[in-house]
Amino acid sequence: MLVVEQLHKSFITPQGPLPVLQGIDLCLARGSSLALMGESGSGKSTLLHLIAGLDRADSGRILIDGEPLDSRSESSLARWRREGIGLVFQQYNLISSLDVGANLAFQARLAGRHDRPWLGYLAARLGLAELLTRYPEQLSGGQQQRVAIGRALAARPAWVLADEPTGSLDEASSDEVLGLFLQLVAEAGSSVLMVTHSQRLAARLAHCCYLQAGRVRDEHGP
Amino acid sequence: MKSSASVLLCLLLCGCDEPAPESFAGLGQQVSGFSQVTRDHPLVFPRDHGAHDGFRIEWWYVTANLKDSQGRDWGAQWTLFRSALRPGAETRDWNSPNLWMGHAALTGPGGHRSGETLARGGVGQAGVVAEPFRAWINDWSLQGHEGIAGLQMKAAGEGFRYDLSLRSDRPLVLHGSQGYSEKSGKGQASYYYSQPFYRVSGEVERDGQCIAVTGQAWLDREWSSQPLAAGQTGWDWFSLHLDSGAKLMLFQVRDTGGLPYRAGTWVSPQGEVVALRGDQIQLEALAWNRQEDGRAVPTRWRVRVVEYGVDVRADAVEPRAWMRTRFAYWEGPVRLQGRVGGRGYLEMTGY
Amino acid sequence: MNPLMLTLRALLSHWQRHRVQCFSIFTGLWLATALWTGVQALNTQARSDYARASAVLAGPLQAQLVPREGERFDQALYLQLRQLGWPVAPVLEGRLRFAGEQPVSVRLVGIEPLSLPSTTAVAGVRAADFDLQAFIGTPGQAWVGPDTLRQLGKAVTDQAVSSEGQVLPPFVLKPELAPGVIVVDIGHAQALLQAPGRLSRLLLTGPVEPLPADIAAQLELQPPSDDGGLQRLTESFHLNLTALGLLAFVVGLFIAHAAIGLALEQRRNLIRSLRACGVSLHSLLFGLALELGLFAVLGGLAGVASGYGLAALLLPDFAASLRGLYGAQVGAALHLPAWWWLAGVLVSVLGALLAGVGSVLQAARLPLLALAQPQAWRLAQGRWLRRQRWLAVFLLLVMLGGWQLGQGLVSAFVTVAALLLASALVLPALLDGVLAWAARGRRRPLSQWFIADSRQQLPALSLALMALLLALAASVGVGSMTEGFRKTFVGWLDLRLAADLYVTPRDTAQGEQMYQWLQQQPAAKVVLPGWRVETRLQGWPVQVQGGVDHPAYRSRWPLLEQHAQAWQQLAQGKGVMLSEQLARRLGLGVGDTLALATDGAPPMTVVGVYADYGNPKGHVLVNADWLRKHWPQATLTGLSLDSAPANVPALKAALQQRFALDDSRVVEQSRLKGWSTDVFNRTFAATAALNSLTLGVAGVAMFINLLTLGQSRLGQLAPLWALGVRRRQLVWLSLGQTLMLSSLTVLLAIPVGVLLAWCLVAVVNVQAFGWRLPLYVFPAQLMQLAVLGILTSLLASAWPLWQLARRQPSDLLRQFADEK
Repeated sequence: MLVVEQLHKSFITPQGPLPVLQGIDLCLARGSSLALMGESGSGKSTLLHLIAGLDRADSGRILIDGEPLDSRSESSLARWRREGIGLVFQQYNLISSLDVGANLAFQARLAGRHDRPWLGYLAARLGLAELLTRYPEQLSGGQQQRVAIGRALAARPAWVLADEPTGSLDEASSDEVLGLFLQLVAEAGSSVLMVTHSQRLAARLAHCCYLQAGRVRDEHGP
Repeated sequence: MKSSASVLLCLLLCGCDEPAPESFAGLGQQVSGFSQVTRDHPLVFPRDHGAHDGFRIEWWYVTANLKDSQGRDWGAQWTLFRSALRPGAETRDWNSPNLWMGHAALTGPGGHRSGETLARGGVGQAGVVAEPFRAWINDWSLQGHEGIAGLQMKAAGEGFRYDLSLRSDRPLVLHGSQGYSEKSGKGQASYYYSQPFYRVSGEVERDGQCIAVTGQAWLDREWSSQPLAAGQTGWDWFSLHLDSGAKLMLFQVRDTGGLPYRAGTWVSPQGEVVALRGDQIQLEALAWNRQEDGRAVPTRWRVRVVEYGVDVRADAVEPRAWMRTRFAYWEGPVRLQGRVGGRGYLEMTGY
Repeated sequence: MNPLMLTLRALLSHWQRHRVQCFSIFTGLWLATALWTGVQALNTQARSDYARASAVLAGPLQAQLVPREGERFDQALYLQLRQLGWPVAPVLEGRLRFAGEQPVSVRLVGIEPLSLPSTTAVAGVRAADFDLQAFIGTPGQAWVGPDTLRQLGKAVTDQAVSSEGQVLPPFVLKPELAPGVIVVDIGHAQALLQAPGRLSRLLLTGPVEPLPADIAAQLELQPPSDDGGLQRLTESFHLNLTALGLLAFVVGLFIAHAAIGLALEQRRNLIRSLRACGVSLHSLLFGLALELGLFAVLGGLAGVASGYGLAALLLPDFAASLRGLYGAQVGAALHLPAWWWLAGVLVSVLGALLAGVGSVLQAARLPLLALAQPQAWRLAQGRWLRRQRWLAVFLLLVMLGGWQLGQGLVSAFVTVAALLLASALVLPALLDGVLAWAARGRRRPLSQWFIADSRQQLPALSLALMALLLALAASVGVGSMTEGFRKTFVGWLDLRLAADLYVTPRDTAQGEQMYQWLQQQPAAKVVLPGWRVETRLQGWPVQVQGGVDHPAYRSRWPLLEQHAQAWQQLAQGKGVMLSEQLARRLGLGVGDTLALATDGAPPMTVVGVYADYGNPKGHVLVNADWLRKHWPQATLTGLSLDSAPANVPALKAALQQRFALDDSRVVEQSRLKGWSTDVFNRTFAATAALNSLTLGVAGVAMFINLLTLGQSRLGQLAPLWALGVRRRQLVWLSLGQTLMLSSLTVLLAIPVGVLLAWCLVAVVNVQAFGWRLPLYVFPAQLMQLAVLGILTSLLASAWPLWQLARRQPSDLLRQFADEK
């Protein structure tokens, strides 16, 4: 169970503190999925980053299966990212010096959960089997995003956090990739938290939460 | 009175910081410790053919009016100047007080060539010995036979060379008062004698071409310590061989402040010598000619000594007889036209 | 505002956000210009001083008549030539010593102003403009340059007294006069040098004709090309310096080039936007060129100013080097012509053009609508790297060709330059190969990433690594050469300066008296007289030394090559030994014959060749009796004596008292050795300083390269961090990468450096100085340099890494921000 309680976060800007999150509360059960929606600047990416342990909140708590994330040390946070979650970004953020195969296996190896058959299956499902020796810059945007998805799922993390995973793709490929993504998340047995702009994509997830000006405006289940 | 170049040499010694050479200001310079020219000092030969230690400046000066087989006019000049940096006797090393300067020129159909050579005294690079007579600087020489009755005269420069034999059995001519020659009304003077009766034969060479020549020549000898007065800017000097056999020396020293100082010597065909006063001499520049450095110099003169029947027009054989020496001046042969014709040499400085 | 100004403003706004980059370009151009102009300043100063030294007498390219035997001749020959109409001017030269705390020896030149052509200038004064009255009169004048005057501790109008007790004419300052020279009238010179009626040479101021036979027997014509001996002698030294300066210049340009390229890469979008807004290609390119020009001028000005400072700092050592090596006098103060400043800025502009023209051209070809490809620049770099390999192969061929076929110093330098450049060019490919090999079989994700990412960084880092390689290899090469020379030189000096006391008699008569007296002194165990004649062989000045047959000689003159019975042959007057330099110059070896005497004595066999380091003149060793028989003018110039150390002070005092000798004439071995090693130490001080500066510049290149990379590195490192690699670990990994790359570079630099050292001692030195040194490799020195190289690169990467370690997570987060 992922629980977020009264989460506050401001950024220091030259014009003074800019409040981004002003008391967020939400929860996501294991095996479930949640879409985070909202306008630009509503704080959805920040919330995702806080949950991923990429940043720390000013106040409030994030509990993973009852354990708070905020009090952890930096190395503990790194382990959380390495072993606990899989991250998918809009910009893919692949490691440009490694080929597709190495990129796919990277996090799983890092987490010590390298599972060759599962990886082979993932590659095949994502249509990357023929591309394993290519380098990220030799791939199209859609292909790169599939590698990012594969990398996030390779270690079968408990939680998959995705930030506009199909934001750079056109509508058709976006639907296709998202379909594949959700299917594989289910096969991996992971829960998913996904930031998106698109009502249409959000509708394919179990829950949806709408942020406005740093607060939860609307939350609804299926 | 051929002191021009010698004065220039004095200027040369004083370096470039001194007044510009055109001003000829060094003329009036009084240098203490040198011997002075006095009226009643008898000249003694052959001793006085040699150098006079103790006097500041001195020269041996030969000009020759020559003709080749085609009847063309030529002129040759051979000059050796001695100038002492300080009073004192000659030494046998580089510390000699004497500096020597040679000027030579050859004027003829097609132009004027001049050359210059310098040497230090003491070491034997240049000098004059009275007996047997010999004057030399580097490879130029004036070698005497029987005193100076015979002279072998040699010089060479860029594009010219000459080797002439001079001969005269006539006595020397002492200018002024027994060789005491005044240069201004203020007491400046020099010892001055000449041998104007040389007959010449020999060879001149220009641009590699040798030409046999004959003619007449004039030797001037002069020494002094302070030849001119302050304010005297330059002079015009004539040595003329008249067809009658008479010889005439005339000069005028131009003065910034007034009338030029004139003097001269008349030597009759028979050898009588008469000193001329300024009021007996009339000199008039008739035509001017621009030289290679742009200076205008009179190259046609009217020369009159009425008492001795002289009224001639003197025309430069080569109007551009410019001496391209460190301090430039004009020196060249002239042709005389008038009731009595002749040949001669003209020197002009300070223009 | 006109479009150009707008464009320029838009382009320049980039630097506000990328100050480090701006600083890099400026620094690159600045350092390149500074080192290059610094070296040029030293060379210019030295050359103008040589020109002044040779212009002490007459214009350049003057033919002269020099004695066939000995150093001087009777001035009667001059008078004879003058009376034959030869346009010759006499010169008498010699050394004049001045006693004092620091004994000074100057070159006294006696001239005769009247016989010089009127256009000839002496110390900047035309012969026609001489103040003869003052110069040749009494007391006369002693012309002297400001340096010499300072050295003598005198003022203008002072009259110095030489250690022989001769009073000089009052000094007159002539700023244009070369240092270490005093010019006087020839009459004064004959008195001061005690050479009445003697001359050293005659300047021939007119056309050259065959000499009359009787004079030709005594004088020989030295054609004008033989003038400027100093210029030629020192050319190699200056070439050395120029090569170092050029190396630094290239390294500096590397920096600028890398930074300019990166700046263009980052401004692609800006350039595209500007074009899209209607800025013409023309004004865009003009703007870029203007910007480049601005950098060049600013960098150039800063560089020229620092170059001047650098040169002023190095000048004393530099001058000492030249004095020690060639006897060339260089002033202690810089006087640079205006063109030097201008040329410095011009060089900077040229350098900027060289470094930036590629980028500007790239901007010109930039398609308007192409997608931004952040990797394109690196890909292009990669293509260039592949081309480099072929260039390197070509350069290696050039090097082999230069080594095998080349003659002369220039080809020696071509060999060395080709070696250095080839190794630099082959470096990236080599590193890539090594990394590819290391990558095989790596399964652990971070180590796999470590190697793969290093390979990816290579193109961007290669310029800095190449700079490091060049600087390090040069350091190893020059260091080995210098140390090797030191070792050889000190060993040679120990043998050569084995006697305890060295005495210089005033003249031969006094020398013989001393010899007699010393042989009766029980304290003086071994007394060796040295007879000497100065002459010329094939136009080269040569010292012929006559030694007595004594076992001490054999131990003091180690021979590089010798005949079986070398010393017996020498003692019998049948053999002759040559210094290495002279043997090379004359093309003679052991077994060849040399006709040394001019009195018809039969030629002698060369029986030995010995080292004579640091002597600009050739040196010949013959038997003393033979020398005195065939060269009556030989003088007894020195006595060396051995004594028990305890007796040395007493013997010295006795000698000084009995023969009225000052300290400069009786010298103890330790002092002499001290002087010699001092000369040596300063000899390479300037080279060493420049060398370490070049290494410093390479460090700066690394630093700036890593700094500019730092920004883009963040994009590479952030995903790893997001995937759960700790920041501290990332820092260590990055450090490890730098360490690995620089270590590999250092590893390659060492053999290249040793090869360079070999080239220097076996090729360049032989051409430059005339001696060949054994090649020494000093492992400790190599280690020291290796550590220094690695430390330099670590230091260079420290700042960017420290920045990385200090990065707030938010900086890393920004890499994932959506509005990218």
